[in-house]
Amino acid sequence: MEVSKKLSAYLTKLNTIRTTAIKSVKSESPTVKTFTLEDDICSKANPGQFLMLRIPGIDEIPLSILNAGEGQVQFSVKAVGDATRHLHNLTTGDLLGLRGPFGTSFTETRGRVLLIGGGTGTAPLLFLAKRLAAKVDRLSFVIGAKTKNELLYLTELDAVCTDESAIATTEDGSYGLQCLATEPLEKLVDKQKFNMIYTCGPEKMVKSIFNFAEKRKIAMEASLERLIRCGIGLCGSCMIGKYRVCRDGPVFTMARLSEVKDELGMSKLGFDGSRIEV
Amino acid sequence: MNNNLLTVNIAGLKLQNPTALASGILGYTGDSFKFVEESGAGAIVTKSVGVSPRVGYSNPTVVQAKSGLINAVGLPNPGINEYTEELKYAKSVLKVPLIVSVFGYTSEEYALVAVKAAEAGADAVELNVSCPHVKYTGSEIGQNPKLLTDVVCAVKSAVQKPVIVKLSPNVTDIVELGKAAVKAGADALTVINTVRALAIDVETQEPILSNVRGGLSGPAIKPIAVRCVYDIFEALPKTPIFGCGGVSDWRDALEFFLAGASAVQVGTAIAFEEPAVFEAINKGVTAYLKRKGYGSVKEIVGLSHQA
Ligand SMILES: Cc1cc2nc3c(=O)[nH]c(=O)nc-3n(C[C@H](O)[C@H](O)[C@H](O)COP(=O)(O)OP(=O)(O)OC[C@H]3O[C@@H](n4cnc5c(N)ncnc54)[C@H](O)[C@@H]3O)c2cc1C
Ligand SMILES: Cc1cc2nc3c(=O)[nH]c(=O)nc-3n(C[C@H](O)[C@H](O)[C@H](O)COP(=O)(O)O)c2cc1C
Ligand code: FES
Repeated sequence: MEVSKKLSAYLTKLNTIRTTAIKSVKSESPTVKTFTLEDDICSKANPGQFLMLRIPGIDEIPLSILNAGEGQVQFSVKAVGDATRHLHNLTTGDLLGLRGPFGTSFTETRGRVLLIGGGTGTAPLLFLAKRLAAKVDRLSFVIGAKTKNELLYLTELDAVCTDESAIATTEDGSYGLQCLATEPLEKLVDKQKFNMIYTCGPEKMVKSIFNFAEKRKIAMEASLERLIRCGIGLCGSCMIGKYRVCRDGPVFTMARLSEVKDELGMSKLGFDGSRIEV
Repeated sequence: MNNNLLTVNIAGLKLQNPTALASGILGYTGDSFKFVEESGAGAIVTKSVGVSPRVGYSNPTVVQAKSGLINAVGLPNPGINEYTEELKYAKSVLKVPLIVSVFGYTSEEYALVAVKAAEAGADAVELNVSCPHVKYTGSEIGQNPKLLTDVVCAVKSAVQKPVIVKLSPNVTDIVELGKAAVKAGADALTVINTVRALAIDVETQEPILSNVRGGLSGPAIKPIAVRCVYDIFEALPKTPIFGCGGVSDWRDALEFFLAGASAVQVGTAIAFEEPAVFEAINKGVTAYLKRKGYGSVKEIVGLSHQA
């Protein structure tokens, strides 16, 4: 009873929109920008958690947290549609609404860890890598993109890797290895025994890493995306299996990924609640 | 939870316990219904479904108020044809009654969706004549005794399954509408849907919901809902009632029973207390019944009216 009253007061606080001015905007690539906002509650977020960002008069969308601390929170946004393009037109001083942080975070492990990020899915992994860097024996990072100028956070990634550098892959071969981010996996794992793989990115990528990790019996955690409306586990828009991506996820452990593997990389609910292809 | 103290019968539906999932909450997939059943719910009400697909409103669709939520999701649903497969699957995995919430823009549409839902395995239908934020349906029907009568009559003559009518609190006299629904053949009433509401962002100085107006749910509306149940029970003591609005613990549930509800539906509390709220309510109600020496939850329905 006591615990549940506390939880409910806490959730009410997280879920109340705070409207705040943009502190700064940084361009990461031709299509991705990073925003910094002041927000005490989100500044306490853990890697893997997300926030709901209201672009006044336009939309409210889920975004992974890229960095949090000292009263500030950062997230990166790729311009893909109406809301995200609007966001790209905003600058320092413009108002945005925030609620969150929501959802589960990555489990911090020790030993040898491998992180594989695709596109803006690299954001929560960079946040995680910064937390893990000083504590693990080995930290390897593979990052993938279609082409060179879409590879994100390269210098920051090099700084957190215990290898000389992060392994970059591009589909067109304009930088690093010409292949999908999943390709170097086999070689890396043959050379080193990793005790955890963390991943976030396009779901087909996550699925193929899941298949690999399952076959090789390596623990894994992945952050998934579904349609997020309420963000608090109520509306049911974000279901995968019996789980709510906004509340029971977005970070899924190996065991839970196994439970939902029929839907993983296959189907999700669309805006009208019908099942559509991922 | 499953004990004899808690079993109830509402319009022919046998519930192992007097709690149900409210419409629009985790309301799309058979897997989520199963999960809610495993969390202790005695019945499931689906998201409201209509004839054709609707994508609903753009976000923000749910906004936090001080002791509740204001939502205007806009009835997103895949349409009954597409939804039939999911309903069949849901029916195949659930042990508890499956109640399909239905909406339409005409009485023919309500009847059509109800028929298809029944064919797909629905144990009952709940008519959403009370959604406060979609034009030409929901409360625009439920606020008008004539339209309400037409819709209920049309559905009653089209399906054999129990028909539950979900009432809106956004009316001058809820009893008048409750009487109209029962006269038209409603087997039970759900009391209440959300209370029309609005939230404004003082920094941007504009309404927050994309639809501007929405419906308030959660603890804030519980006293309103309890009053509505009390009024309806007083006027229609033979009509079974699902109490709904702000139920978040066993004391809330008991208030509804004492006011005249045979069971409660739970929505918003699922976000703030987790789905385990069902089990917690059932445990609390069981302990109360034992402590007060009752043999069944049925014995306390409407008891506050004798005082
Ligand atoms: C947990 C989570 C974390 C995310 N983190 C990031 C991130 O760090 N950086 C980033 O750039 N993007 C992230 N996204 C994706 C981001 O939310 C979408 O790109 C954004 O909502 C698109 O909005 P739009 O109006 O610009 O595009 P639209 O044209 O409206 O939509 C384009 C596509 O984006 C997706 N989308 C739209 N609205 C939503 C919504 N409410 N919830 C989920 N998906 C939606 C749909 O797949 C849609 O087809 C994340 C999504 C989730 C679920
Ligand atoms: C996000 C959300 C979606 C809802 N969708 C529906 C719906 O589709 N049909 C309906 O009849 N009621 C809908 N409702 C209303 C609930 O079923 C319920 O009547 C109301 O929320 C009051 O109960 P509560 O305080 O326990 O949430 C919705 C409520 C919420 C919060
Ligand atoms: S977004 Fe509403 S339940 Fe997850």
